[in-house]
Amino acid sequence: MSHYSLDARNSLCPMPVIKTQNRVNELSAGDTLEVSCTDPGALNDIPAWCRINGHEILQAIEQKDEVVITIRVGSN
Amino acid sequence: MSTQRKAVALISGGLDSLLAARLMLEQGIHVEGINFYTGFCVEGHTHAIRKKDKAKPKRNNALWSAEQLGIKLHIVDIIEEYKDVLINPKHGYGANMNPCLDCKIFMVSKAKQWMQEHGFDFIITGEVMGQRPMSQRKDLLPVVVRESGADDRLLRPLCAKNLAATLPEREGWVNREKLLDFSGRNRKPQMALAKQFGFEDYATPAGGCCFLTDANYSRKLVDLWQARNKKDYEFDDIMLLKVGRHLRPAPHYKLIISREDGENKFLNGYRKQFATIEIKSHNGPLTLVDGQMTEKDMQQAARIASRFSQGRNADQVEVKITLLSGREKFLQIKPMPASEINQAWYI
Repeated sequence: MSHYSLDARNSLCPMPVIKTQNRVNELSAGDTLEVSCTDPGALNDIPAWCRINGHEILQAIEQKDEVVITIRVGSN
Repeated sequence: MSTQRKAVALISGGLDSLLAARLMLEQGIHVEGINFYTGFCVEGHTHAIRKKDKAKPKRNNALWSAEQLGIKLHIVDIIEEYKDVLINPKHGYGANMNPCLDCKIFMVSKAKQWMQEHGFDFIITGEVMGQRPMSQRKDLLPVVVRESGADDRLLRPLCAKNLAATLPEREGWVNREKLLDFSGRNRKPQMALAKQFGFEDYATPAGGCCFLTDANYSRKLVDLWQARNKKDYEFDDIMLLKVGRHLRPAPHYKLIISREDGENKFLNGYRKQFATIEIKSHNGPLTLVDGQMTEKDMQQAARIASRFSQGRNADQVEVKITLLSGREKFLQIKPMPASEINQAWYI
């Protein structure tokens, strides 16, 4: 199990969701991915994408102009 | 025990695709959603940019639909491939720059490809016969079937009873009797069905889900092509058409002037790609300049940009122009009065 990071800053939804989806699809169950975004919409959209696709949100924090979301990849 | 059949549902985020997918789930079909991102989708973008929208909850309606349905959703970036659909639509444009029929054919053909790659059996859409003037006309629904290559693996659950039986119906994978016969522009049957299924708070976008159906947006796109003398675009181009006031004081340059703080922040991300104009002596918008300005143009552009600053009534404001070369130029100018702004400059 490994930890990865993804820079999805300066792109607007749904691009951060698409980038997250494409990266998660390359990872293995149990891996974690930390996604950085500047579109505050990602704070809703990435967790929604994770819920419907069976991945776990470990943390979602909003700091100044950035949103950081950490995901644990599910087994589906 | 029979094999559970699998359908891929085109999910736009609107009510019709939500209902179509739900009808299939009712029949025990395994459904997964697919949502195509062309770059022109209304979802998200301007909601994220403009401050005045920040009080509204931000949500992606395609994701919301999938969550309501309890199905997976695959979002597919088709920005590059979509260029050919928009630039060379075989069936032409609608009232604006919307190539709806070519778009539908393209999306169904992409769904067919996905279906084959993932071992699914058929495709469903939320199309309703006669609902839309271009892509859902009765005589054009078969064109989508034929030209997408989906043939009889394309099922439209909301209006299937008005159409010939498709493979899933003939094979008994779905019960045709439980499909519907909606037609026309009346939305009441869909709203009643939504109520029956307990769907509330679904999206009802007034202008549809695509910027290309919007007259103002389409005008800006045509202006872009005319100014560049070619029908082409990059992703950043089409994003910027959604943001700010667009004024073209001369054929060779255009100003993109932010309207509020959220747009200022968004345009700020383009500083390395465009010359910029900033008002230094007063609060004011960030302006991007698309094109090449002469020294005289710079005076004019600075006067226009400062018109939209808090110094609009001042005798003099200080303006900083930063060219793409990095050269900075400071001007002391009088903002242009409203009466001097040619309305034809507004795109």
